Amino acid sequence: MKSAVVVFPGSNCDRDMAEALRIVGGEAPAMVWHRESELPAGIDLIAIPGGFSYGDYLRSGAMAAQSPVMRAVKAAAERGVFVLGVCNGFQVLTEAQLLPGALMRNAGISFVCRDVGLTVENSQSAFTARYARGETITVPVAHHDGNYQADAATLDRLEGEGRVAFRYAGEVNGSARGIAGILNETGNVLGMMPHPERALEPAHGRTDGRRLFEGLIEGILQPA
Amino acid sequence: MKIRVLVTLKAGVLDPQGKAIHHALEGLGFAGVNDVRAGKLIELDVADGVTDEMVEEMCRKLLANTVIENFRIERPEPAA
Repeated sequence: MKSAVVVFPGSNCDRDMAEALRIVGGEAPAMVWHRESELPAGIDLIAIPGGFSYGDYLRSGAMAAQSPVMRAVKAAAERGVFVLGVCNGFQVLTEAQLLPGALMRNAGISFVCRDVGLTVENSQSAFTARYARGETITVPVAHHDGNYQADAATLDRLEGEGRVAFRYAGEVNGSARGIAGILNETGNVLGMMPHPERALEPAHGRTDGRRLFEGLIEGILQPA
Repeated sequence: MKIRVLVTLKAGVLDPQGKAIHHALEGLGFAGVNDVRAGKLIELDVADGVTDEMVEEMCRKLLANTVIENFRIERPEPAA
C-alpha cells in the first residue's frame, strides 16, 4: 500500500499521521511538500494532516487549498484514490471543494482540546468499515475552527446519502447537526475534525482511532 | 487603483466573534447595541487593466468562502 502525507508550512500533525500509517500499514508514507505538483506514482491513500497551514491566514485551510499539491490531490481523488483529511486537513478539503460546507470558528469561541465521544453514523465506508453503526468511540479533538456549517439542503443531502460518517455524541463546537466527519459522494474522501491518529496505541490512552486506519488499509489491500 | 473588498458572514450564519465583541461592548457599559457582526476588509492595489470580472473571480476563488460569506467590491469614486 502506497500512502502519502501532505505537508504545508504550519502543519503540525504530519508526523503523527505518518506514524499511524506506518504502524498500521507497515510502510512509511511519502512526505509530500505543498509545492510539489505531483504525487508519487501508484498512490493509494493521501492524508492531509492537522495543524495551522499558512498560519490559518484568511480562513483556516484557504491558502493550503490553493497550493500546487492540492491540484494533484483533487485529480487523484477524482480517480478514486482515498483521501483522509483530519482537523486542518478537513478544513483544507472543504476550502478545496472536495467536500461541501465550511468549518467556522467554534460557537463557544474557545479552542477545544479534549476527548470527545463520536457516534459512528455510517459503517459502510472504507474509512468506517471496522466500526459498527451506532457505536460510540472516543477520539480527541483539538481545534478552534471546527464548527461545521452548510445550508439545509446540503445537510439534508449529506444525511440522506449516508455521508455523515461521524457525529459528536455531545455538544463540542456548534456544528450543524453535530457533524464531526463527512464523506464525499463517491465515498473515497473523508474529512473529520477529531484526530484518529492520536488514539492509536495504549500509550495514547485510547485506541479507538486505530480501526479507522485498519479498515481503510485493509480495504485498499483487499478490495471487496 | 485601490479596491476594497468587504467580506461579511451571510445572514443567519452564527458569528461567535461578533457575539464576543457585543458582549464586551455591553461589559464596557455601552447600551443600545442590538447586534454585532464582524467581517474583513481587504484592500487591493490593482493595475488599471484589472476588470470588475477579474476582481469578482478573485473574491469567489479565494478572498471569500461563498458557502458562508458574502463579498462586496468597492471601487474608488471617479474623480469629479
